Parts: sequence; C-alpha cells; structure tokens
Amino acid sequence: MEGFMYPNEVELQWSVLIVLYPFLTGLVAGAFILASLERVFRVEEVKPTYRLALLTALAFLIVAPMPLQLHLGHPERSLEMYLTPHRTSAMAMFGFVYLWYLMAVLLLEIWLDYRRDIVLMQRSTTGTKRLLYKVLSLGSDNISEAALRVDDRVGWVITIVGIPSAFMLHGYVGFIFGSVKANPWWSTPLMPVVFLFSAMVSGIALVLLTYMATCAFRRASIDMNCLDTIAKYLFYTFVIDFTLEMLDLIHRIYEADESFRSLDFMLHTRLFMSQIVLQIFVGTLVPLTLLALTQVSRLSELARKRVYAVAASLTIIGIFAMRWNVVIGGQLFSKSFLGYTTYKLEFVAREGLLPAVLLLILPFVILYVLIKILPPWQHDAGDAVHLTSSVEPES
Amino acid sequence: MPPAAQPAPGTGGEEMNLTRRQLLVLLPAAAAAWEFVKAGTPEDAPSYKTDEHWWGMLLDITKCIGCGSCVRACALENDVPEGYFRTWVEEYHVDDWHIETPMVTSPNGGKDGFPQGSFTGGKNFFVPKLCNHCVDSPCTQVCPVGATYHTPDGVVLIDYDYCLGCRYCIQACPYGCRFFHPQKHTAEKCTLCYHRISKGLTTACCENCPTGARQLADLKNPKDPIHAFLKTHTVQVLKPHLATGSKTFYNGLDGSVR
Amino acid sequence: MSTRFKDSAHLIRIGVVFLLGALVFVAVRAAIIPESYGQFGPYRGKALTNMTSRPVKYAGHEVCENCHPDVTDAKSKGVHAHVNCESCHGPLAKHADDPAAVQPVLPETPKLCMRCHSENIAKPSGFPQINAAEHSGGQDCKTCHQPHSPLLELGGKK
Repeated sequence: MEGFMYPNEVELQWSVLIVLYPFLTGLVAGAFILASLERVFRVEEVKPTYRLALLTALAFLIVAPMPLQLHLGHPERSLEMYLTPHRTSAMAMFGFVYLWYLMAVLLLEIWLDYRRDIVLMQRSTTGTKRLLYKVLSLGSDNISEAALRVDDRVGWVITIVGIPSAFMLHGYVGFIFGSVKANPWWSTPLMPVVFLFSAMVSGIALVLLTYMATCAFRRASIDMNCLDTIAKYLFYTFVIDFTLEMLDLIHRIYEADESFRSLDFMLHTRLFMSQIVLQIFVGTLVPLTLLALTQVSRLSELARKRVYAVAASLTIIGIFAMRWNVVIGGQLFSKSFLGYTTYKLEFVAREGLLPAVLLLILPFVILYVLIKILPPWQHDAGDAVHLTSSVEPES
Repeated sequence: MPPAAQPAPGTGGEEMNLTRRQLLVLLPAAAAAWEFVKAGTPEDAPSYKTDEHWWGMLLDITKCIGCGSCVRACALENDVPEGYFRTWVEEYHVDDWHIETPMVTSPNGGKDGFPQGSFTGGKNFFVPKLCNHCVDSPCTQVCPVGATYHTPDGVVLIDYDYCLGCRYCIQACPYGCRFFHPQKHTAEKCTLCYHRISKGLTTACCENCPTGARQLADLKNPKDPIHAFLKTHTVQVLKPHLATGSKTFYNGLDGSVR
Repeated sequence: MSTRFKDSAHLIRIGVVFLLGALVFVAVRAAIIPESYGQFGPYRGKALTNMTSRPVKYAGHEVCENCHPDVTDAKSKGVHAHVNCESCHGPLAKHADDPAAVQPVLPETPKLCMRCHSENIAKPSGFPQINAAEHSGGQDCKTCHQPHSPLLELGGKK
C-alpha cells in the first residue's frame, strides 16, 4: 500500500474472475454481431462463418456466468437474483438480459437454423445419438420447403431482435461499471459504448481466428473472400473503438478533475505495462497498423493470412488487457485520491489465475462438443443454406 | 464551572447541557429498554416505532482527540473482524494553503490511538468516519437482490442471510465504509448499532466517545439537541458533490478532508 | 390455413417449451421466495426484526449509574463527568445483568490514560495532553490522579 487509503479499501474486491466476465460476454456479443452481418445486412462474403460464429457465441455464453459463481461469497444464493431482483440494480436486470439473450435469441436462432440438419441427422443415426437429435428436434419432423421458409423468416426476425439484444448484453456490463459514481475511473457515460465496441472487436477477431483454426483442423481451404471481409470489418470496428477510448482519455486529461492526478499517476506506474504497453501499443496500435497495411497494399494470400492471425491474436490480448485495466485498475487507487494498493493474484485459489485460465479454455472445449453435435459445415460455403433442393419428401 | 472542565474553544459552551438533555431523553427509554435487554428476549423492543425516528450522527472535528475509543468499542460491540473497520479515525496534516494535498494516516484505523507523529506546524486534526447512512445511498441502489436496504427510520442495513457476496455495494460506496466479511462471506458495515438504538440506547461509538465528538442524532425528534446545533453551526457532509444525502454531519470539517 | 399451421407446428412446440419454462419459474418463485420479502420495502422484513434482536454488549452509562451512585457523584464534579463508564471499563452489559457472577476487569492505567492524553499535534489545543516521560517520569498515573475525578486542582488527588 502506498500513500493513504481508507482502511477497508486496501483489499481488492473484484478479482481476475470479474475481468473474465466482461471479456467472455464481449466475445459473445461480437461473434453474434458478425453472424448478423450475413443474416440481416446480407454481407454474403461472411456466410462461411455464420454457423461457426453462432456456436462460438453459445459456447462462450454458457461459460460466462461461471466466473461470477466462483466469485460470489454465497453462490448458492445466486438464484435470488431471479426471485427478488432489485429493479434499480443494473446487475439484477442483467440477469434477465442474459436469460433473454440465451433463450429467446441465441438458442432459438441456432435451433431454427440447424433444424433441418437436426432432423436429417435424427433420421440417419441410431441409438443415443438418434435420441439426442430427436430431443433437439422437439419431435418435429417437418422440413418441407414451406416449413424451412417459415424458419428462415422467423430466424430473420430473431436476428433483428438479436442485434439490440447483443448490444444490451454487453452494453449492460459497461453500464454496471459506468454508473458507479463513486469510482471516477469507471464513471463515464462512454463506458457502455466503449465496452460494446471493444466487444465487437474481440468477437470478430475470435471468429476470424476460430475460422482459420477450424479450417486448418479440417484441412479445408480458407475462403479468402470471407477472411478478407471479416478483417475489413475488424479494422473498421477497431478504428471506432480506438477513437472512443482516445476520446475518453483526452477528455480526462483536458478536464483534469479532482481524480485526475491520482489516476494519471496510477496509469504511469501500476498500470504502465498493462495499459500503455499491452492494451494501447501491443493490443491496439500494432494490430491496427497491420490491418491498415492489408487494406492499403496488395499482399499475397499467405502474407494476409499471417497478418490477420497475428493481428487478431494481438487484438484479443489487447481487449483482455482493456478489461483488466478497467476492473483491476479501478480498484488500485484510493477513493481519497491519496493512495494506491496492489493486486495480489494467487495461482491456485478460488479466484486465482488457474481457475481463470481453465475458464478461458473451457469455451473451446464446449465449442468442440457443439461442433460435433451441430456441424457448421454440412454444406459448403456458397450453397443456399436455408433453402435447399435436396429436401426429403414427407412420409 | 472549573476552567479545565470548560469545553474546547468554539463549541459554544453547551457541552454540559447537551449531556443533561441527552440523559433526560434517554434515561426513561433506557430504563424501559433495559428490561428487554436483561430478559434476553429475541423479539424486537415492542415500544419502538420506526416511523417516529430518523437517524443521523453529528461528528465534531473540534472535539475529536483521536483516542480510538469509538473504533475499539464498535469492534467489541459488533464483533468486527481484525483488520476491517465499521468505523475508523483519520489524522490529517494540512500544510499552509495546500488543501488539495493533505497528509493522511489511519494506523490500524486509529484503533490503538495515534502515535505522536512528526508533523510540525500546519493544520492538524482527526476525522472519525463511518457509514453515512445516506438517504440516496448508491450502495442500496446497486444491490441486485435487496440484501442491503433502508429501514423506515433511515438506517442502511445488510441482510446477512440474503446477501450474495457479489460486492457491488462495496464498489458503489464513495466513502469506503463497506468491507467483505471474511467469515460471513457477505458485505458488512456500520449498522448504526441498530440493535441498540431501537432499544433506546445510543450507539457503541457515541457511548464510548470521551469528548462527545460523536453524537447520535434523531432528526425526527423535536427535542433532540442536534436540531439546535445544526441551526447554529456550520456543518458539512463528506463528498457533497455526489449528492448521496449523507446523514453524518461534520462540525468544523476542513476542505482538505477526502 | 391448415397447411400453413402444419408448417409452423414446430414453432408451436418451442413456444410450448418456453411457456412451460416460464410457468416452472413462476411456480418455483412462489414457493421459495422469502415470506417477509416486501414487508417494508424491497428487502426481507425479517432481516429488520432480526437486527433489532441482537444482544447488546455495552450497557450504557445510565445503567451503571443506577448501582454506582457514589462513583457517579464523584465523577460528576470533575472533568471526567461525561466520560462514560464503559469507555474505560469496557463492555459491561453482562456485569449489569448479573453483577456478582461477572466481575469487570479494571483497566491498566498508564496505557489506558495515554490513549487519550498522550500529546499529539492533531488534538484540539485546549485538550489536556502530556508527554509521559516529561510529565511524571513514566510513573503510573494513579500515583497522583484519581481516575474518576482526575484534576488535582479539584481535589482529584489520591
């Protein structure tokens, strides 16, 4: 501890697990937005990643509440948030936003998009697999052209609803921090917007990397048109995100309110590595430059693949650093603006580094399982996925 | 009145009268309440009506001697775990006109008093701190389940059997008065000794303050001497720009206090 | 009409699943929501009544004065008139409850007295503060001062 802190402030309240939570929900929102690019805005080039993006979103959404449960003093009481939600609490309302997004948007959209494949797989498998697909199909066998048209229409509506829902999902997390007037590092109306755009950046980067990885595992060729388009959207979204973060910074420096001197000192000492080096330089400026390079100059396919992979990886690290800097950074300084503390991150502890790393790996394990059950590649890219001529006649 | 028994300069000389008036107000209530305390019944004092009270506290910086009696008394009365503080005392040193950069210390929350220290000159004083029992408290606003709440008589309390331990309230409090209880695994803070004030007693900290720097205030009681004090003295609250509706009023609070 | 219904039948099924889920939620909520929730506000009313029933540890000076009028009298004439009993003697509700069974432990005077009276620049200037070594060469305060009425000029001499 350095300087003066209120005696109860020395210990940090929100750990690396709470850093993980906005990171994971951000990936969900970002992956979904990328998927909706094709569905609603008819960006046909990214169609090969449509289903993959949805499954990725689902895998991360399932894991998202887990760091919270590990963090709670009484996880067995967490149901109270649904029983007696306090209407003025952003955290309580978020429980319903999460539930809405999981049930009414993501699961529904995946089900409608995959329904035909589920029924086909139910018909072509045996034993427990068949039972699984029968349950997933809810016993419905109808995959006639008319039925699939209905699915398509409803799915389109759900995606339309899903875009603001995805914005809410992650904007709310930003609001949870941005609405805390006691903490000047968090308290800004820009917080939900910054969180949302950084979420989109991280989600798009994740889908880009996952697409490249799954193509490599399947030994399938990467659709460069698709990859180039994803990278383009990544670049543009990143420019907006960076602009917003710089706007926040410039405002703070210019207005220099009572907290500024303390926050400035913290930034130059305790947060130097994580914010200036990792988040701004390595995690933002370098990937932006790399992506800009691919936009302005002609690079070979191999060069582009390499640049995209590096840029996307650095982006994800940078966005994780941003979450770290917000959550941990907001607790390193005293609300008296006269002192600082340190975050002691243990390795093997309930809220330590090990559970955090495991929780970062888990979504990929779940994604693997999801891909096995609901393969995104029944059809090649370019096929009309939603309306197909190879429909079986009704029995 | 003997010279040394006179109150410190600036307090207006009403110190002795305050104590007598307090006795007049509290003694019959205490006598009645004590019966229940002795009987050890689990029921709340039946004669206590929440709508007849609106609790606050007056902290007189000109009287605080930094003895830490309040911190110790609170810890004993409320089983406060070591290293955490429902109330604490800070010592300020302000050099000349530099009110934006005071030197502040609070060794173990002031629990064992303060060492002599090496400051010379400047302005030096003690500031006791506790939960401000805000009317528009940001902490109750953010609690997701209603585990921290306002009582009808203006005290902010925590429901230890309902709290999830999410710690959002601890983040939302601008005054740093909340902490995470290491054994209960819930949020914890000053309760204004609700179990005492609802029985007609005063809080443990006010009871044990030797100079009357801390005084419980019942803002709904027309006979409460605090009303007169508030009318005749300049009082402030902490962080007024956050509009929390703090009900802990400070007499003689310097601009340097954070 | 019937054919269209047939092609949307699967939507009905999932609608039913969601509806069932909602009904289960409502039923579970009604069953396990705490009874006293909402009694006084958006919280469990029982929590408020639980809070008032905690036992007290400090009896309060009026209770002490009931049984110890001699000390009260001596104190009221001196400068420690409004230093409450338990401020020095510690929490004594148990003693008040059963005086014979629970005997209060008398505090160690030098350490106790110096907590208030050791000199510190932040203390109000009118407040009596001393440096123990300079004042009495480190002797026990009780050598010269009567704790209940300590000022020597008032006759608080031992």
